[in-house]
Amino acid sequence: MDSVSKYFSGLFTGIGSLLKGMSVTWKELWTPKVTRQYPENRETLVVSDRFRAELVMPHDANNEHACTACGICQMNCPNGTIVVTSQIIETEDGKKKKILDTHQWDLGMCTFCNLCVITCPSDAIKFDNNFENAVFTRSKLIQKLNAEGSKLREKKKEEKPTAEAKPVIEVKAPVADAKPVVEKEVIAKVKPEEPKAEKE
Amino acid sequence: MILNYSQPLELDGVSKALDTSLSALPDFWRILIECVLVGVVILTTYAVIALILIYAERKITAFFQARYGPNRVGKWGLLQSVADTIKILLKEIIRINNVDRFLFFAAPFFMVCASVMTFGAIAFGKGLLAVDFNIGVLYVTAVSSLGIIGVLLAGWSSNNKYSMIGAMRSGAQFVSYELSAGFALMTIVVLTGTMQFSEMIEKQQYCWNIFNGHISSMIAFVIYIISGHAETNRGPFDLPEAESELTAGYHTEYSGIQFGFYYLAEYLNMFIIAGIATTVFLGGYMPIQVHGWEGFNQVMNYIPSYVWFFSKTGVLIFLSLWVRWSFPRLRIDQLLALEWKYLLPINLVNIVVMVILVLTGLTLTDLFPSLF
Repeated sequence: MDSVSKYFSGLFTGIGSLLKGMSVTWKELWTPKVTRQYPENRETLVVSDRFRAELVMPHDANNEHACTACGICQMNCPNGTIVVTSQIIETEDGKKKKILDTHQWDLGMCTFCNLCVITCPSDAIKFDNNFENAVFTRSKLIQKLNAEGSKLREKKKEEKPTAEAKPVIEVKAPVADAKPVVEKEVIAKVKPEEPKAEKE
Repeated sequence: MILNYSQPLELDGVSKALDTSLSALPDFWRILIECVLVGVVILTTYAVIALILIYAERKITAFFQARYGPNRVGKWGLLQSVADTIKILLKEIIRINNVDRFLFFAAPFFMVCASVMTFGAIAFGKGLLAVDFNIGVLYVTAVSSLGIIGVLLAGWSSNNKYSMIGAMRSGAQFVSYELSAGFALMTIVVLTGTMQFSEMIEKQQYCWNIFNGHISSMIAFVIYIISGHAETNRGPFDLPEAESELTAGYHTEYSGIQFGFYYLAEYLNMFIIAGIATTVFLGGYMPIQVHGWEGFNQVMNYIPSYVWFFSKTGVLIFLSLWVRWSFPRLRIDQLLALEWKYLLPINLVNIVVMVILVLTGLTLTDLFPSLF
């Protein structure tokens, strides 16, 4: 008798659990789909700020960057992706000074470990979100990060080094961004503390 | 009679007109031409339905898995299955060493022939029935079971242990579930008293068989759907393929159009099972009709019969996909236990119940002759 009741209870609990499973998938059928339609959604695409896609050296409106050509990024790079070449020039007051000649980065060898950005003493380089880096020849992967004719941003005497060294404008940033950042820089000249707070 | 309505979209007028226009020819030529035409139409429909089904399956599957599915080739990916067909036709048919060459090449044809033969017996609409046997149900059950020969031959001739295991599983599964499907259809044959599809459909004008035999019919319907899924190696019963254990089961060694045949037959078998379930249980191409509601009946009659058939079948195909993406795959022992311990005994009792219902006049048409 027991086995008979077991047979029938097993049958009906089985049917019950099957129906429950089907109700779950039925609900799943109508859930809104969250897949992003990539090439079509370029305008609305949201990429995390922390995403490391491409190494850039931010330049400001005066075509000035913060790289002192110290070569620490090159030393820290685990697989020799970065090559910093510098030259020694003589300033007006007769001092010898090392300035950046080319900052060369090879996208094809980079593992995006971020060590160069972390160790840069003057925050001259950073990773940005422009991830569409596919090219047809390998030589195009080797990029020169400092813009043509750019030079080192001069230190302001009173300013704290951190505030001054903060990157202000990017090389490849869209044009619309340029204005507000320039304003920030004006504020920075007056009050060095302010822009840092804004940045966060 | 209410059936003498004018249906502008109905296709039986076309076939009748063709028949009368050919009547001048001698019988031999008339029959030959008609046979060739019917054959061409059936093969074309077969291929077109397969294309539509592959697209529908991929899309519905995607929606069950919270994806979009194919949406790159054409608008909403509508041309995806056309692209797939072109790809599969262009692929190389690989000649494998150490296979039993004759059987290896013959096996896909068994599969696809059995499928086409069953497909030809389905009533798609009024006058859209290639052959109207008086033993239609028997013919369908007999012919659809030929497909298993293709599977077993493929497994045997491939000279590959995975193919062999897959084919043997498929054989065990098919033989078992054939029984249940046959008994479920037999229950309805008891109810309608006929094996002819056209007659069966005409009898369901006001009351579909699934309602007519109430308890018994419903059980038979559920059993037919379950065993139909098992026969077509789909849904939770796809253990002959079992890609995680057997790579692809019996068609591991096939490529190109030979694989395409198996693929085609699998999808069409899903359609055939749904189509037969529609014909036998859900009134086939009959529109929904209610006794006494003449206006309503008239409106329903204006929808062509093939639209009714394909929409009912579509609902059942959707059910099949829903089941497929809800349940995990069964083990072989669970599969056989389900058949031999549950479905078959229930089925046997069910037939007896149906016989009692029919003999004691407890079917809905007997109980409420004015309503149905």
